[in-house]
Amino acid sequence: MRSYLLHRLWQSAVTLVLATIVVFLGVRALPGDPAAAFAGEERDPASLAAIRERLGLNDTIVVQYGKFVLGALRGDLGTSTRTGIPVSQMIGTGLPVTIELSVLAMLVAIVLGVTTGVVAAVRRGRPAEWFANGLALLGLSVPNFWLGLIAILYLAVGLGLFPASGFVPLGEDPLANLHHLVLPALVLGTGIAAIVMRQTRSAMLESLGADYIRTARAKGASPRAVIGRHALRNSLVVVVTVVGLQLGILISGAVVTERIFGLPGFGKMTIDAVFQRDYPVIQGVVLVTAAAYILINFLVDIAYSLIDPRIRVAGAQT
Amino acid sequence: MTATEIVTPPAPDPGAAPPRRRAALRRLGRSPLGIAGFTVLAVAVLAAVLAPVLAPYSPSQVHFDAPFQIPGTVGFALGTDDLGRDVLSRILYGLRASLLVGLLAIALALAIGVPLGLAAGYFRTLDAVISRFTDLMLAFPFLLLAVGLAAIRGPSLGNAALALGIAHIPGMIRVVRSETLRLKNLDFVAASLVDGASDVRVLGRHVLPNALSAVIVQATVAIPQAIIGESVLSFLGLGIQPPDPSLGTMLADAQQYAARAPWTAVVPGLAIMLVALAFNLFGDALRDALDPRSTR
Repeated sequence: MRSYLLHRLWQSAVTLVLATIVVFLGVRALPGDPAAAFAGEERDPASLAAIRERLGLNDTIVVQYGKFVLGALRGDLGTSTRTGIPVSQMIGTGLPVTIELSVLAMLVAIVLGVTTGVVAAVRRGRPAEWFANGLALLGLSVPNFWLGLIAILYLAVGLGLFPASGFVPLGEDPLANLHHLVLPALVLGTGIAAIVMRQTRSAMLESLGADYIRTARAKGASPRAVIGRHALRNSLVVVVTVVGLQLGILISGAVVTERIFGLPGFGKMTIDAVFQRDYPVIQGVVLVTAAAYILINFLVDIAYSLIDPRIRVAGAQT
Repeated sequence: MTATEIVTPPAPDPGAAPPRRRAALRRLGRSPLGIAGFTVLAVAVLAAVLAPVLAPYSPSQVHFDAPFQIPGTVGFALGTDDLGRDVLSRILYGLRASLLVGLLAIALALAIGVPLGLAAGYFRTLDAVISRFTDLMLAFPFLLLAVGLAAIRGPSLGNAALALGIAHIPGMIRVVRSETLRLKNLDFVAASLVDGASDVRVLGRHVLPNALSAVIVQATVAIPQAIIGESVLSFLGLGIQPPDPSLGTMLADAQQYAARAPWTAVVPGLAIMLVALAFNLFGDALRDALDPRSTR
């Protein structure tokens, strides 16, 4: 176990270092003078020179990179050229909203996906399976931001069941907070639910065909116990990985969902920054997301190897 | 991330490849859902290619005297938007852009992913480097890639396709790599090597043709994702720029008037869904046909 842990830790560290290089070089690849980009509207040569000095653009590229990494490690990601607020502070305000949305969406995806996946596998060849398969196919094919638009149009504006946009912090009023997040979480979660459903179904079908299921049935275990205690538990290993691998989709999806529902999260901040050419914010957001993604993937792999020891062996060999 | 390998059953004798493919085509022809998907796709591609002929108006032609015409109005089969632009014409041209971006993105993913996947699976020394590269690309979700590209190079159709293509490279590398790992240990590859064939020849003549099924399936899964991805980017303003029509920008415009003119929001979304659904139905049928043992 320890060698696998070290191996994965090393891999993640290398990836993280490469990611910082990509982000660093990405900002240097911006058209024109980075000082001008960082200065925003400012065009006065004297202040541009000052910015260049402050940004350390006169140093060699290696020194610049070193400073960038050291700054990031200290939590210094620069300052927004639009608002003058430190980027780390902006991320600190936006991130909790996005995390709450993502967690709720994942919950929706797991509950919906695992339930329909189990039903489809257990009721193989019956109408219930066709129905569940059809739902999953729809979920994969519907652009979820469009689903959001339609939900706002008919459920929020039309029937007035939910607020169409806006946000109330969790600490202020938990019920109102949840009320604002129900639609976004459903919209974001259904697309991922389709992927979870398909994986659950095929994992369940494989489990249900295994010898130990026949043994359990022969012993006289109730169908409920066979499905719940034996087949589903073994299928969950696959589900855990699939859920872990959907993080990229979740992050991308959260950006769009926040945009549609006007949630003041990480995603909205990112898109706003692109249109305002707020490069320090873009750089900070991309770096933090990439780091979070690498970290979570590392944790998922570790969790997976704890559940299924065979992975450790295979992982250490490659 | 090297932890999850796709387990595929061993391929039958490669000498039987052509008849096997014919059998797969026959199976595909017997799948009603697959045929339905293929038909819808064929119609969508034809409509996109023939958009200049089929569209009643230019997609950007405004009719200030006829805004918010409901679908079914004479002359405007699918209605008009806030500027009186014909929704049907815009859908046809938008479909064109969506399919183009989807195909360009997957072509890029194939062009880079397949050779890298073959190299990673075949040469152990390259595997570590390429796998790290894959991990690195996976650390940037496609939307962030698109955000970065839009920030550096400005938003456009080409940059949307580039971002979506890059995003699908890691998946393609992994599929091809795991197929190559499996195939290179089979007897006929060893026999070919003993026979004096070069590595390149073995890869080109034996490994690639046998990995093709997996590649085709991966591509049919990736295309609808890229098409939806394009609409997301254009919706956010990171893809195709107005006034060029795209299904995503149509939805972005519709957001403001959806309560007054719901069809401007409903129709483009249905178009995206229909195309993605058709690709997914066809892809599922194709996978079942290429691997009759799969449970999907």
